[in-house]
Amino acid sequence: MGRYAFLGVQLGTSGEPSAAHHVALAEAAARTGADLIVWADSLVPPGPADPPTLDATAVAARVAPTVAGVGLVPTVTVTHTEPFHISKAIATLDLVSQGRAGWQVDVSRTDEEARLFGRKPAAPLATLWREAAEAIEVVVRLWDSWEDDAVVRDVATGRYVDRDRLHYIDFVGEFFSVKGPSITPRSPQAHPLVVLPDDPDALPAAAAWADVVRVAAPDLVAAHAARERIRAAVAGAGRDPDAVAVLLDVALGDADVDAGLRVRGGPGALVEVTVEAVREGAADGVILLAPAKLDAFAGVADRLAERGLRRPVSDGATLRERFGLSRPDNYFAGVGS
Amino acid sequence: MSTKKQIHLAAHFPGVNNTTVWSDPASGSQTDFSSFVHFAHSAERGLFDFLFLAEGLRLREHRGKIHDLDVVGRPDTLTVLGAIGAVTTHLGLGGTINTTFNEPYELARQFASLDHLSGGRAAWNLVTSSDAFTGENFRRGGFLRPEQRYDRAQQILDAARELWLSDRAPVEFRSDQFTFEGRFTLPPTPQGHPVLIQSGDSDEGREFGARTADAIFSRHGTVEAGQAFYRDLKGRMPRYGRRPAEITILPATTFALGDTEAEAHEVAERVRREQVSPQTAIAFLEQVWGRDLSAYDPDGPLPDIEPDPGATITRGRVRHEKDPLAVAKAWRELAAAKGGLSIRELIIETTARQSFVGTPRQVAAQMDDYVQQDAADGFILVPHLVPGGLDEFVEKVVPELQDRGSYRTAYTGSTLREHLGLARPTTTRQSERAAG
Repeated sequence: MGRYAFLGVQLGTSGEPSAAHHVALAEAAARTGADLIVWADSLVPPGPADPPTLDATAVAARVAPTVAGVGLVPTVTVTHTEPFHISKAIATLDLVSQGRAGWQVDVSRTDEEARLFGRKPAAPLATLWREAAEAIEVVVRLWDSWEDDAVVRDVATGRYVDRDRLHYIDFVGEFFSVKGPSITPRSPQAHPLVVLPDDPDALPAAAAWADVVRVAAPDLVAAHAARERIRAAVAGAGRDPDAVAVLLDVALGDADVDAGLRVRGGPGALVEVTVEAVREGAADGVILLAPAKLDAFAGVADRLAERGLRRPVSDGATLRERFGLSRPDNYFAGVGS
Repeated sequence: MSTKKQIHLAAHFPGVNNTTVWSDPASGSQTDFSSFVHFAHSAERGLFDFLFLAEGLRLREHRGKIHDLDVVGRPDTLTVLGAIGAVTTHLGLGGTINTTFNEPYELARQFASLDHLSGGRAAWNLVTSSDAFTGENFRRGGFLRPEQRYDRAQQILDAARELWLSDRAPVEFRSDQFTFEGRFTLPPTPQGHPVLIQSGDSDEGREFGARTADAIFSRHGTVEAGQAFYRDLKGRMPRYGRRPAEITILPATTFALGDTEAEAHEVAERVRREQVSPQTAIAFLEQVWGRDLSAYDPDGPLPDIEPDPGATITRGRVRHEKDPLAVAKAWRELAAAKGGLSIRELIIETTARQSFVGTPRQVAAQMDDYVQQDAADGFILVPHLVPGGLDEFVEKVVPELQDRGSYRTAYTGSTLREHLGLARPTTTRQSERAAG
């Protein structure tokens, strides 16, 4: 990577809890020409006077049939939830969006979130991300627990599936064990895009599993250092650093966020900072943290294309294809059940 | 204007039982979204109350291997319902979610999100389970004792309801199964909270339904059996301060249609043969016998050997046969009485009979009579084909029901509660205000 500038838009799940509101936001995000929409979400309840928050996967599922083209990436936390449920939910988002699903992984850090479940206390970040790495492994293995051609519908033998093409994952880890297979067949992309944050504790998980790593850096020098660090970790995990896109969070002047590169100006300023970040090797693209006036950014991806920084994408491209990623081989293929 | 009792209809997306015929050339994908869209559009064209998706959290096994003779695999219930919400406007969106392998806060938020985003069309079928077999896919494994299943179901529902109706005020919940506290992230939904469905038929299941459910899936075929269940269930409601009209009873129902009665019976016969392949017939027999019977000829007679009453050969599905020896005896007698039925013929005879067979007019009359005699309040139809299994019913039977004055000619409400004629539940704050 390094030649292209990927573009994402981050939306929240807060605001009026209606389809009309959230679909309109997603449509505006899609009109930028972005590769993906990321929905930030957490289980932390908003303050009593703040707007309510919907479940991000529910929002993405509602958006999928009506908003075309763009990738759909909800945040799903792994600390108090079940990897088995996450795996089939994201695979199903991939089904209903014809291969445009991703998953932004996050952990639940707070006592407040722990008390919403009452199963275990809050844990240190290093522990949470060690558990997250296990959860991601389970989710990805379950995505492979069906081979693509497992459904055979062989009338002569009466078999709907070839069970040799279904696989127990038999995962046993430090935090949980999961048998498998998934109840959901392999999805159009096989592996929806896995998005992780740039965080020292999350780095081993990102190195092993991320397709996209999000960097929140105050300037391009810091972003460049972060990208180098991430690429080294990916290589250290035995993967190709060019297969992992490092995207820089960019907040426009009016955005109500407290992290990321802050830029003054509008779409023009976004284009310039993106061009500079990519040319200097500080990022493989940017994620625009939802500004108040998203409509002003309509077509901004075309302006990056004019600068020769957009990968040509065909209609109906999957999210992986937008990132130049192949459809992965099945981990279990040829192993036998 | 008609004062006739009105029929409620729901549509079960054909699932992973042998009643779903996958070998037919008209059978399409069980998982492509286009199949769900087709099915949902048919149900909405037919003015159905809701569409329903079942769930199983572990692939079934037979003789120690994944059962491969029926449809296997389905999408995540909540996610596919959310997407169907985008391509429909009135149709209710119901699904099974297991009460054992979920936690109330997360589940309440997921269901409330579906209800908000669909404008008040969500329904939750609460299914209990306790088996270690399914638990192997989850963090806590097989943690629940069988006798605690309904305690947990009741408690997860009580917890979810407190969160849904809290209006984001702080909730503190303590029970055997759950101890948690905090505020919910969402206000009450357009229908207060999702519609609640129950389908267990045990005494405990019926009691749970009478106390909590808005709708009940039953499986009682004849008018007499339907009436007995209906009286029993609705008779349990007053002790929870509920009126009989607050529960809609919907038996699982299959149908076969033809231009003539004879043609309908031919269709019924063909579908039943498709539902019970030679291999499926042997698998059914093995479930009762608890033994490997793969050496037996499906077109030959029943085995001479007796069932192994202690054996469980199938995992991940509900076993209905209580006493295998008694079932074997009854089946032998039936096979003999019908002039020597083969294994496959016997399984077809005992497992696959359609509820209603006839011309569209005849089927409409049978269904209407069934409801008018209080054997049910309507039906959840279980077609045998994806995605088109509902189409003929919608095109031909629905107009007949409308002609009889027993079925709506347009949606009159927008939420599922309105379709079912149910009141909106009051929020905790509203009841506090009323009490204060």
